[in-house]
Parts: sequence; C-alpha cells; structure tokens
Amino acid sequence: MSTPEKSSAQKIIPIAVAGGTPSTPPASPTAAMIRTLGLVSAICGLIIVGAYQGTYDAVAANKRIATERAVFKVIPAAKSISEFVALPGGGIEPRVDAGDTALAPGVVKFFAAYDAGGKLAGIAAEGGAKGYADTVRIMFGYSPECQCVIGIGVVSMRETPGIGDKIITDRNFLANFNALDTRLKGDLSALANEVKAVKNGTKTNPWQIDAIAGATITSRAVGKAINDSAQALLPRLVPKLEILQKAQKS
Amino acid sequence: MSAPATWDEFMEGIWRQNPVFVMVLGMCPTLAVTVSGVNALSMGLATLFVLVCSCGLVSLMRNIVPKEVRIAVYIVIIATFVTVVDYLIQAISLALYDALGAFIQLIVVNCIILGRAEAHASRNPPLPAMINALGMSFGFVIGLLALGTVREILGAGTLFGVSLFGAGFQPWVIMVLPPGGFFVLGAWLLVFSWWARRKAKRGSTQNA
Repeated sequence: MSTPEKSSAQKIIPIAVAGGTPSTPPASPTAAMIRTLGLVSAICGLIIVGAYQGTYDAVAANKRIATERAVFKVIPAAKSISEFVALPGGGIEPRVDAGDTALAPGVVKFFAAYDAGGKLAGIAAEGGAKGYADTVRIMFGYSPECQCVIGIGVVSMRETPGIGDKIITDRNFLANFNALDTRLKGDLSALANEVKAVKNGTKTNPWQIDAIAGATITSRAVGKAINDSAQALLPRLVPKLEILQKAQKS
Repeated sequence: MSAPATWDEFMEGIWRQNPVFVMVLGMCPTLAVTVSGVNALSMGLATLFVLVCSCGLVSLMRNIVPKEVRIAVYIVIIATFVTVVDYLIQAISLALYDALGAFIQLIVVNCIILGRAEAHASRNPPLPAMINALGMSFGFVIGLLALGTVREILGAGTLFGVSLFGAGFQPWVIMVLPPGGFFVLGAWLLVFSWWARRKAKRGSTQNA
C-alpha cells in the first residue's frame, strides 16, 4: 500500500514546481473515463447494428446472385440451383442454414443445377489448391451423364496478371474442360484416374489437363483443385444421384 | 469571413497538405489497390466516408472525452465507420469487395484518419472539422486516381474498363504489379515536388 502512495507523491512534486502553467493538467477522474468509453461504445454499437441490419438483405442477395452466376457459368443448361452438402458418412442432404455458417469438418458443399424443365443438369462444386501467388479457388461443373467435368470458373485467385490469369481467358486451356474425364473406379471409392495437369502439348488422355506454357504452376493448381474436390465429393455423390433427381426445384 | 476560411480549410488537404503527394501518408492502400481507376476511386470514396464521419463524431465528442482515453475513443469511432463501409461495399458490389480485399478493413489503421482526428477534429467544431476532413479525403482521392488511372492505362490499356488503344496494344504488365505502384508513385512525387519548387521560386522572386 505504501509504495504506490510514495510514488504518486513523488510524481506530484514536478507539477507543483512547474508552477502556474500546468504543462500536464491533472488526471481526469476514472468515472468520467469509464462513462465516456461506455457512451462511445454504445453509440458505435448502435451504428454497427444499424448498418448490418440495413445492408443484410442486399448483401445476401448479392451473394446469392454471385453464386448463381458462378454455377450458371460452369453448367450452361442450368436455370435454377439448390445447395446441398455431402456428409462424411456418405449421405447427402439439402443445406438449410445456407449463409455464413461454417461447414463441419469433412462436409463438402455443392450445388445441384436444374434446367428449365426441372431436370438435373449438373453438379457444381468448389475446389482450391495453392497456385503461384495464393490459393486458386475454382468452381467446376460436373455432368452425371458423361461422368466428366464440363466447365470451370475461377472463384478467386491472385495469380500474375497476363501470365497466371490466362486460366480464365486461354481458349486452348479451357477446351480441356469441355469433357474432362472424372469416372469413378468400379467400387466407387475414388476416381478411376487422377485428374492432373501435364506439360503443355503432352496431353494424351481425357483425364489430363494440357497446361498453359509459362503458367504451369497455375494450371497444376487448377488440376489439383478439381482432383481433390472430385475425390472427396464424387464417391459420396454418385450413388445418391437419384435423390438429387427427385429434389428438383418446383 | 467564414466563406474564405472554410474554402481554405477545404483546399488545405487538396493542395498544401495533400496526404499522398505532400505528406506521403496512407501509402499502404495507395500502392496496393491502385491497379485500376475503379479500384482507386472506390478506395478513395470509402476512405472519404470514414474520414468525414469519424471526424464529425470525434469533433462532436471533443469536450467530453478525457485526454487519457482519447486515442481509444478515436479508434473505436474509426473502426465503427470502417465496419459500416465494409457492409456498404458488400451490399453495392461483391466484385468490388473482392478487388479491394483486406484494404477496406485496413482503412482503420490509415494514419491519415487518426492523424486528422487527433490534430484537427478534436480541437474544432464539427463543421470546420468535417470540411477539413472532406478536403483531405478529396486530396487522397485525387492521389489514388492519379496512380490508378496511369497504372491502368499503361498496364492494361484501359481507363475505367474502357479500352483505349484497341487490340494491337501490348499491355505493360509490370505497371499493374507491385513494382509498377512504386514507379508511378515515384514519378508523381517527382512531378509534384518540381511543381511546388517552381511555384516557390516564382513566389520568392516576386517578393524580392
């Protein structure tokens, strides 16, 4: 107890010596500080809640439009989508709490796309793999009929402009995804052939991706993203396809 | 008397204390997001919103904030408006939100804003404080646009997304990469200091 008193007494002395012009004015009372901080926090809290409430609908609508656009791009026949999750145990179910909630570990999110007649047009899922600068996140469309990937789109990437970002403009590269073979093995446990990007000009099989010359790392990231996502999703999805056929949107 | 005073207050940030070209503050967003005119403009407007709103609120509260907790209060106020602008940009355009990335949230540590709150808004009534903040923000917007448009024209051959040179143009890609930011900023600083020096020299010969 005595030590703080002593030190505060010592602190006061220079102020007293400094005389009539207090260069360091006396400390404000603690209660005033707490009151001000409380008031400021309350006002700021109100402003934030107001902004959140005011923009919630617009933000949600924007996110839905962005997702729909991404899905429609990879599955051209699609007219409407529903969101599903594939559970680690093997089942699939509609995702009801679609929003910002994080997925449980092992759960894979995907979209079932339906054409104008309400028939299942394809499946869209996201995948990601490390590219040259950062993770390349892509969305790919899967057609159950040909058991192949029928289109890709980039969700996010920070690849070098003019080099790595050719993956969204290079026609020859995108032609790889007109019918990229993603058949499953006989026992449906994994892909029959691993999807992989190969050096430019050496593609020989329908499950290989002909890389862009000069952007091999980015091309490989696209291949790995599709492969990882398809390996996780398709073995659970393919046996349950009829559920999706029935779950068509009205 | 009041009209020229407020005008001076406004012009202060645009010319004599331009945050980008004279004080060289806020370099982080200045270099990082100015790869295109649209990005630069939206970053500038987001900063403008935060700066003007937080300076107004800081100025309103200037008499009840004890000096020991003033920085904490300023940061809470600034962070609040940054959160608001974050939601607003998400509501306006997700593509823009992705393009600006973490730099929207990082407005909170932009030293221009805390500097204005501490040096000006905390000592002046709301109206002059907000006019000063508006001038500063316009100075910042001009600085960002100066970089963003030059980098977009050189690096992509477009201006606000409109192609300028046709298909034959080979983009100078390095200009939209990080080094390009430094090149263009250096060039603008050179232009500005040459201009300011020439003006000062002319002023001194007139006085003599």
